[in-house]
Amino acid sequence: MSADALSAAEAGLVSCTTCHLLSRPAETANPGYCPRCGAGLVWRRRHSIQYTWALIIAATIFYIPANALPVLTTTALGSTESDTIIGGVIFLYTSGSWPLALIVLVASVMIPLGKLIALAYLLIQVQRRQVRNRHDSARMYRVVEFIGRWSMLDVFVDAFVVALVQLQPLMSVEPGPGVVFFMGVVVLTMLAAQTFDPRLLWDTPLERQALDG
Amino acid sequence: MEAIACRDCDLLQHIPPLPPGGKARCARCGETLATGHADPFRLPLVFTIAATIAFIVANTMPLMDLSAVGRESSTTIFGGALEMWQQGSEITALAVAFCAVIAPGAHLLFLLVVLIAVRRPPAPHWVGEMLRSAHFMEPWSMTEVMMLGILVALFKIAQLATVIPGIGMYAAGAFVFLLAAVLVTLDSREVWARIEWADGTLPPPASADTAGTAQ
Repeated sequence: MSADALSAAEAGLVSCTTCHLLSRPAETANPGYCPRCGAGLVWRRRHSIQYTWALIIAATIFYIPANALPVLTTTALGSTESDTIIGGVIFLYTSGSWPLALIVLVASVMIPLGKLIALAYLLIQVQRRQVRNRHDSARMYRVVEFIGRWSMLDVFVDAFVVALVQLQPLMSVEPGPGVVFFMGVVVLTMLAAQTFDPRLLWDTPLERQALDG
Repeated sequence: MEAIACRDCDLLQHIPPLPPGGKARCARCGETLATGHADPFRLPLVFTIAATIAFIVANTMPLMDLSAVGRESSTTIFGGALEMWQQGSEITALAVAFCAVIAPGAHLLFLLVVLIAVRRPPAPHWVGEMLRSAHFMEPWSMTEVMMLGILVALFKIAQLATVIPGIGMYAAGAFVFLLAAVLVTLDSREVWARIEWADGTLPPPASADTAGTAQ
């Protein structure tokens, strides 16, 4: 890359977040609207750091009941049994399917936790205005953005187990209170990944000052 | 050549004319900026129509039939959400319905309208709104996640019942691959280049090198 490469913001241009048209705003403080698609123009996503923190904190709070409360309650021949997410993983493992157990463990436990840690790490780096390795951080953000939806796996598992196992009065399965919290974690972390602006990772200190000011 | 700012790192750069199958990557962070196609809309339209048919079949036919101790039950995709609702998990039921039925359906419908509308450029301004809505739906359309979820659910049930996959299951599988094919072949830059601007003027020729002025 040549040394005189410029970011659009450094060149006084703003890229539309909807249609990616470049335009030159008349006023820096108030960039106005995109001439092509009519969307509001912003230099960087508004309040990206605060919104992302708020969503991460909310998701962390939800993460606790999501794992502690049961997600499925099975009633068979009068006896009732409740399963948490980890309980479901252990069930899959002991019934002989370690690949499925591993998939559910990764999708339901490790990905949500990993996303929370990764986004917090990116935010702290941006806030301290010291991004250590931009390429690795950019890659980390892309992985977080791409992988988030797969955490919804457990919600679908529970929905279809509930839908299929309705053999009253012999056996029935009901969703537990943990499902809604778990779904909350997935949705909130997906929104957090969407509100984070990856361009903050690349902005130079000078640029940051100008854009914040 | 067209000037563009990388959506991931804001680096300003030019996109050279691309040969079919060629790709332009950001010089700084490596994000794919553009891909070249001979006819940019024919393949995406073909795949979108096929995906629509698969989607309709997947949602109207039973996904699977289950039989245990002389009793039978079957479910559709929407039935999974409905049962959740009836068992008292309304919010989760809404999320399942949204991610498995509403978002994929809306995503597909918006893409279909956009692809038909851009066949005769310049496309009216509302086509841009449609494309924006399609992009909004994309991360929430989770059919492939649902398929893996069904696989795990089937394994959990396998010990207590016999499960036979239905036509809906095969259609849902086909839909996953067809939608992926649409997203890989469609370049939204090509769509925007054929849409009327907000002030009603026609899109400028593709060679425009200068940036527009924001209003």
